[in-house]
Amino acid sequence: MSLLFDPSLGTATEIADAVRSGTASASDIARTALDRIAAMNPVLNAFTDVTAERALAKAEAVDAARARGEALPPLAGVPFAVKNLFDIEGLPTRAGSKINRERTPAVHDATLVARLDAAGAVLLGGLNMGEYAYDFTGQNAHDGNARNPHDTRRMTGGSSGGSGGAVASGMVPLALGSDTNGSIRVPSSFCGLFGLKPTYGRLSRAGTFPFVASFDHLGPMARSTADLALAFDICQGPDPLDPHLARRPVTPTMPELGKALDGLRFGILGDHFKRNGHPEAFAAVDVVARALGATREVVLPEAARARAAAFVIAAAEGAALHLDRVRSRPQDFDPDTRDRFIAGAMIPAAWVIKAQKVRRWFKDRAAEVFADHDILIAPATPCFAPTQDQKTLVLDGVEMMLRPNMGIFTQPLSCIGLPVATVPIWLDGAALPIGVQIVAAPWREDLALRVSAALEGMGVAKSIVAEVMA
Amino acid sequence: MKDAAFDPTAHVAHMETMMGLTIEEAWRPVVIGHMTAIAKAAEMVMGFDLPDDIEPAGVFEA
Repeated sequence: MSLLFDPSLGTATEIADAVRSGTASASDIARTALDRIAAMNPVLNAFTDVTAERALAKAEAVDAARARGEALPPLAGVPFAVKNLFDIEGLPTRAGSKINRERTPAVHDATLVARLDAAGAVLLGGLNMGEYAYDFTGQNAHDGNARNPHDTRRMTGGSSGGSGGAVASGMVPLALGSDTNGSIRVPSSFCGLFGLKPTYGRLSRAGTFPFVASFDHLGPMARSTADLALAFDICQGPDPLDPHLARRPVTPTMPELGKALDGLRFGILGDHFKRNGHPEAFAAVDVVARALGATREVVLPEAARARAAAFVIAAAEGAALHLDRVRSRPQDFDPDTRDRFIAGAMIPAAWVIKAQKVRRWFKDRAAEVFADHDILIAPATPCFAPTQDQKTLVLDGVEMMLRPNMGIFTQPLSCIGLPVATVPIWLDGAALPIGVQIVAAPWREDLALRVSAALEGMGVAKSIVAEVMA
Repeated sequence: MKDAAFDPTAHVAHMETMMGLTIEEAWRPVVIGHMTAIAKAAEMVMGFDLPDDIEPAGVFEA
């Protein structure tokens, strides 16, 4: 195969440019990606389904359109893959579970998959995830654990673990994930990726398997801010299939990326976000704050309580969704999720309703903070990617269960649906990346992405393709 | 406040029957551990004084 550039190292934007200019054909790029998946997936366990036939047919169609002289859409020939809770036509939507494999194959693609496909992108398959998305580790008892491309002994983070591994290893430049309590931001941090959790209600959830209706978000993960913005812009828009979608105008973010940061008011989140972490989490925040000239600390009042509210709501709603399955066939669950769903099914209603009140109260306090700030900065995870066998975590001298506490910094923010771009930071001498959350006011993904792009342009945030020994 | 006396072991045993759930003995300590963690979070939620007129975020727009 003679490609003029290596698409496994390229971003989605670069690949689309190469296809448009004829530097590479979509078919060659798809075949290269499939070869890379065949070589690497036995090590990384990122893909659970590879849609090779569909990918090659789509790539040929892109090449044929170019041969006819047609204008190519923005993602023409760009390989992508999706967390396996997105419907993919012809496959049962497993959502990381054993039980869902018995579902009839999806008749249509999920809305966001269809939108990327319509933009010329080439779907390569479904990606590993924690069972039913109740996970921060990327581990899965049915499909095996996703492994971190930067160190395969370590976790990818979850629950969009396969999405993290697939993009960080260069199998694909772009993936879709979901984020309920941190499931895009945690693997983006551990795998060194740019990730976007948009505002709650911004992107259609139609055709995806739910987890917690109050907090479920979908979004892209990539190795550049421009790719996030491009995918996000394509994914926006009304969708009659999603009754929960907010009625907001489409807000293109791509034109905002090159703009200067002059005038933006930054705050470094204090209190809860300055505790409960290892030194690397705070060092990464310092690096970002210095680059942005941010010096002012600001407190989101009662962030720990907001996290507690999210914890209760997620446990109760997730358990209610799965109650029949947990009752009738508990042995078919991943033990790590089953036991949490069982406990979640036992929550008194008053706790949940009060938690929803706390959520409303906290949202109003956040709005007050955003009256004086455009961007808030916070760690994404409390530490670097843990090893696969790690079960507990020591934070501020207290040993706690690792699985529910990886989201200690992400959960208060998704609780009120704030848009967050996660940027990957490589600290001096560090062998692993760690993420920082760039948090904007509701509906201001443009600002979060603009800051992400600026940090990337300064070389402060960067995503690198891991060298994996296949 | 009565929540302070919440007994996760007794609660799990009671709700297991009420909700028609099956908990094998090997799972029970883990389920109780999760129930304890949820109750701890709920304690923070329930212990927070809010006016009666705060609307729950049942229908939520960010």
